[in-house]
Amino acid sequence: MFKKILATTALAVGLAGAAFADDKTKVGFVYVGPINDGGWTQGHDHGRLELEKHFGDKVETVFVENVPEGPDAERVMTQMALTGTDIIFTTSFGFMDPTLNVAAKFPDVKFEHATGYKSAENVATYSARFYEGRAIQGTIAGRMTKSNIIGYIGSVPIPEVVRGINSAFIHAKKVNPDVEFKVIWIYEWMNPAKEADAAKALLEQGADVILQHTDSTAPLAAAKEAGAIGFGQASDMYDFAPAPRVSSIIDNWAPYYIERTQAVMDGTWETVNTWDGISTGMVGIGEITDAVPADVKAEALALKDAIVAGTYHPFTGPLNKQDGTPFLAEGEVADDGTLAGMNFYVEGLTGEVPQ
Amino acid sequence: MISLVKRPQPSKTWVVATPILAVIVTMILGGLLFAAMGKDPFVAIRTIFWDPLFNPDFAAYSRPQLLVKAAPLILIAIGLSLGFKAGIWNIGAEGQYIIGAITGASVGLAFYPMEAWYIFPLMVIAGALGGFLWGLIPALCKTKFNAPEILVSLMLVYFAEQIMISVSLGALRNPEGNGFPGSRNLAQYASSANPELIAGTGAHWGVMAAFAAVVAAYVLLSKHMLGFQIRVTGESTRAAGFAGINANRLIIFCLGTSGALAGLAGLFEVTGPAGQITTSFNTGYGFTAIIVAFLGRLNPIGILLAGLLLALTFIGGELAQFMLSLPSASIQVFQGMLLMTLLAMDIFVNYKVVWRKKEAV
Repeated sequence: MFKKILATTALAVGLAGAAFADDKTKVGFVYVGPINDGGWTQGHDHGRLELEKHFGDKVETVFVENVPEGPDAERVMTQMALTGTDIIFTTSFGFMDPTLNVAAKFPDVKFEHATGYKSAENVATYSARFYEGRAIQGTIAGRMTKSNIIGYIGSVPIPEVVRGINSAFIHAKKVNPDVEFKVIWIYEWMNPAKEADAAKALLEQGADVILQHTDSTAPLAAAKEAGAIGFGQASDMYDFAPAPRVSSIIDNWAPYYIERTQAVMDGTWETVNTWDGISTGMVGIGEITDAVPADVKAEALALKDAIVAGTYHPFTGPLNKQDGTPFLAEGEVADDGTLAGMNFYVEGLTGEVPQ
Repeated sequence: MISLVKRPQPSKTWVVATPILAVIVTMILGGLLFAAMGKDPFVAIRTIFWDPLFNPDFAAYSRPQLLVKAAPLILIAIGLSLGFKAGIWNIGAEGQYIIGAITGASVGLAFYPMEAWYIFPLMVIAGALGGFLWGLIPALCKTKFNAPEILVSLMLVYFAEQIMISVSLGALRNPEGNGFPGSRNLAQYASSANPELIAGTGAHWGVMAAFAAVVAAYVLLSKHMLGFQIRVTGESTRAAGFAGINANRLIIFCLGTSGALAGLAGLFEVTGPAGQITTSFNTGYGFTAIIVAFLGRLNPIGILLAGLLLALTFIGGELAQFMLSLPSASIQVFQGMLLMTLLAMDIFVNYKVVWRKKEAV
């Protein structure tokens, strides 16, 4: 009996590619949230739809939404690989180890993991330099706040999120030295009820600008009620424009998905570690609405142009760490390695990175 | 005119027949739902119930996965059923599951990177003990202060979640994790790993423990004095008092045992399928197990089957999502239908349907 199962497994794994082989390239997506979350997952799903539009009949896309990070993710990916999927995009940090485990079992299937740091022969990683967008967001937030208190809803304290807080704070402080950040961590990527609670708590503490690193539109809804402002996160969230949503950071994954799928079709796919920003369009800045004064808008756009042109890096010294020790000297720019593992606050931020 | 007549005894035939009938009714209702969504209902039902078991291309993988998914549900539900039978309501198995995983993982991580045969057994003991002690808190609150165990055990889940977040970011954080939260991977550390015992079967130590728990609970309930006491207390607390059954001891036993089993489930999960403690380690097994316990009618064999059935709808539901592009919400509705019909069918166990002619006025 066991032998038979073993034999069938081997057969299934071996034949999976052949059994389903046809002209179409099959592209799989594993999502952590629902496709209509309004933010992160919706952004990825938008990329999937663009991919379908671009290739038409040449691709078939499949996806599973609401996949918990952990063993369930591993099962979903394995089943996808077994049903002849050629390339699988796994779009949450917590899918990292499951992706590596499954990839080891399916050397012929390509895997792409978003926002992680482990790769392999058939596992590429990709992420976006959201901190560039955060710099622009921080500039607008620093100019717009009247109470000088900016609320920030943190999700899971991984370097990407800490980096975003630092970048937003540095640039808010630059235009408004009196500014103060209050950060609430909810330890989840998407939980509209918790996000709304966090937003309300921040508003009660006097914040009149709410920044979020969580996936739903609940914080914007809370800000709207209180007459505060906020920003679209991951998707444009334009339903809340012109206020409370005064601008947004848009994740634009479509060009990347198209490029990588093309590489699979051409047989040129190789493992890479992609980390693109505003200049390639992976990070988009949503329209800055008329709720923002023209001079502030111009200042924000000038900053964006400088980042795109490469003449300005959001993490440029002099900067100290929160405890006062030097981080970057005058004119020094943080290297990617430091940024990738950043788990400290910069000087001036209160509270601490949860550890 | 149709009327219901209460049976003097629950029908033995219907106890067996209703689950089968419920599955069939759910297939029909679910089929209608999927048809209304523009999908072929037969293909959808086949994908959920048939493909995970018999599809030639991937069933060899998904069949063992049924065991992996069902094992923690069964292990926890068995523990819960003991208390539920006696009217002792442990709603906080999710918390005991988390704490068991943390205490067990802590022991393993304390030994890292030493390799020794006794590390895994020690972790198992620590996991069971952690869950046991966490289950003991509502038990003692109940016996000492008469605090409702439903509330206390449930609130302790949120407490446990906060501890889990705290240790993933602090005490148990992987020092080589590049600044990312989460513990070291216990499944990749030989002495703490809980791999498949026979490759390709999915059966890790947790699956074995679940089967053992089913047998033990069956023996306890049918052959042992304690099992008798549990049943009597469930029927009537007063009668139990007259029979000299120590209610407090029973409360401590039931909450402690279900805590220990939930703790074990957490330990086997963190050392095997999950691999590490993270901020999102728990995925609701402790709550789903409550459904499994009732679906299995608090009977050990019933729980075994209910756990497998629920696991099947999870796995088949995923397949239906990406093979037929069904949204995950529709799968949840389908699972809800299954539970509702099963419970609704219960009426046939306790009542007889009689067709009566309208009497002349």
